[in-house]
Amino acid sequence: MTQALVALRKDALLQWRTRGRFVAVFVFGATALLLFSFAIGPSAGALRQHAAGFLWLALMLASTLALGDSFHGEMENRALEGLVLLPASPVALYYGKALANWAQLALLGVALVPFMVVLYDAPPGGALPLIGLILLGTAGLSFPGTLYAAMTVQVRGSQTLLPLLLFPLVVPVLLAAVSATSLVMTGDPMDQLRSWTLLLVCFDLIYASLCGLLFGRVVES
Amino acid sequence: MATAVMDTKTSDTSTPYMVAGAGLLLLVVGSYWGLAYAPRETYMGDVQRIMYVHVPTAWNAMLAFTFAFGCAIASLIRGGYRWDTRLEASMEVGVVLSTLLCIQGAIWAKPTWGVWWDWDPRLTTTAVLVLAFSGIIALRSFVDDPGRRAVWSAVAAIIAYVDVPIVYFSVKWWNSLHQMQSTPETVSKAFHWPLRINAIGILLLMWGLIALRARIAALRLERQLQPPPEAA
Repeated sequence: MTQALVALRKDALLQWRTRGRFVAVFVFGATALLLFSFAIGPSAGALRQHAAGFLWLALMLASTLALGDSFHGEMENRALEGLVLLPASPVALYYGKALANWAQLALLGVALVPFMVVLYDAPPGGALPLIGLILLGTAGLSFPGTLYAAMTVQVRGSQTLLPLLLFPLVVPVLLAAVSATSLVMTGDPMDQLRSWTLLLVCFDLIYASLCGLLFGRVVES
Repeated sequence: MATAVMDTKTSDTSTPYMVAGAGLLLLVVGSYWGLAYAPRETYMGDVQRIMYVHVPTAWNAMLAFTFAFGCAIASLIRGGYRWDTRLEASMEVGVVLSTLLCIQGAIWAKPTWGVWWDWDPRLTTTAVLVLAFSGIIALRSFVDDPGRRAVWSAVAAIIAYVDVPIVYFSVKWWNSLHQMQSTPETVSKAFHWPLRINAIGILLLMWGLIALRARIAALRLERQLQPPPEAA
């Protein structure tokens, strides 16, 4: 537990000191939001209807940049090897990294919301449920994404491999997060929000535990 | 490090060839039966006859991925390369079968539903499976170290397989229109035999192909693991 907190502190510090990269990822997400509206056309109704989907697509695309970046620092001077050799459990290393990535992605999601509201004239709905959904959805991106990034960053072609592995896996996250965000923004007459939220929670719990279990095998091989 | 990748079981090719040949033969018999002798379906007409390959392909594609999942767990627990070669083989055969499944489904869907593609849970889950396992096969081709390749692809295969029911249910909630699953109970008796013969035929064919493909993987691995020749 303490080990995980120390690892989290290290990764959070690393992200704070390279915050220029976060800005770059944010600008990438904002650009994606802008481009999606060009693909749909200037019709305000259609844009508003698809706003939640575009927000999550932009977040998903940007997440591959952020996740890949999070392990790039560890490859310099074989830092990852040094970390694995420490008398600390790799499980702690994983949760430190995954939680730091989660925080970064959630922050990114929250920062993109005003863009979505302005560009698509979308009603943001309640702030608290929206932030809650962003937290749940980005956890679903971060837990498997951190594990996959640990693999793909070590091979050539990592920029291609990470989305190739991650995107099919997070289809349920995308579906649930988009549906739930739409419901928060436009109202929930059929009370479906609860089941989508439950799906997200289940996905997060399953992959948080499974990936923590398997991470040791990945970095130790 | 001279690890024995091949064993007497994998070096024998006559059994897999015979199994695959028997499977092919059964597939021909079952398909001929289904096309020529089985009665016409009342509502869908002759289009329904694609079911005799479609449904057995679906069963066996899922079986191939389930076997791959088992191989991945065995490979992580046991180490070594024997289960890794089987994992490689079953993932590839699974991807081929599920790609065929999507194509057959599209051919059936066009005259029946009027569209090639529909966002139904099983169709979408199959497509996601094809993409997920293609990604793992791509990962294998990018990793040069055999030990790492074995562990990483086993980890990725476990993660991808666990996702299958979650994808299925999420798409089901999102949209649904597919037919009820076909099992011998939901299908009239007259359709049973060609369906069963084809299911066993594809099963044997798949078994033979996985065995042969695992042998190729083992041969490649053996060559890769050989120490470099001594400098003269």
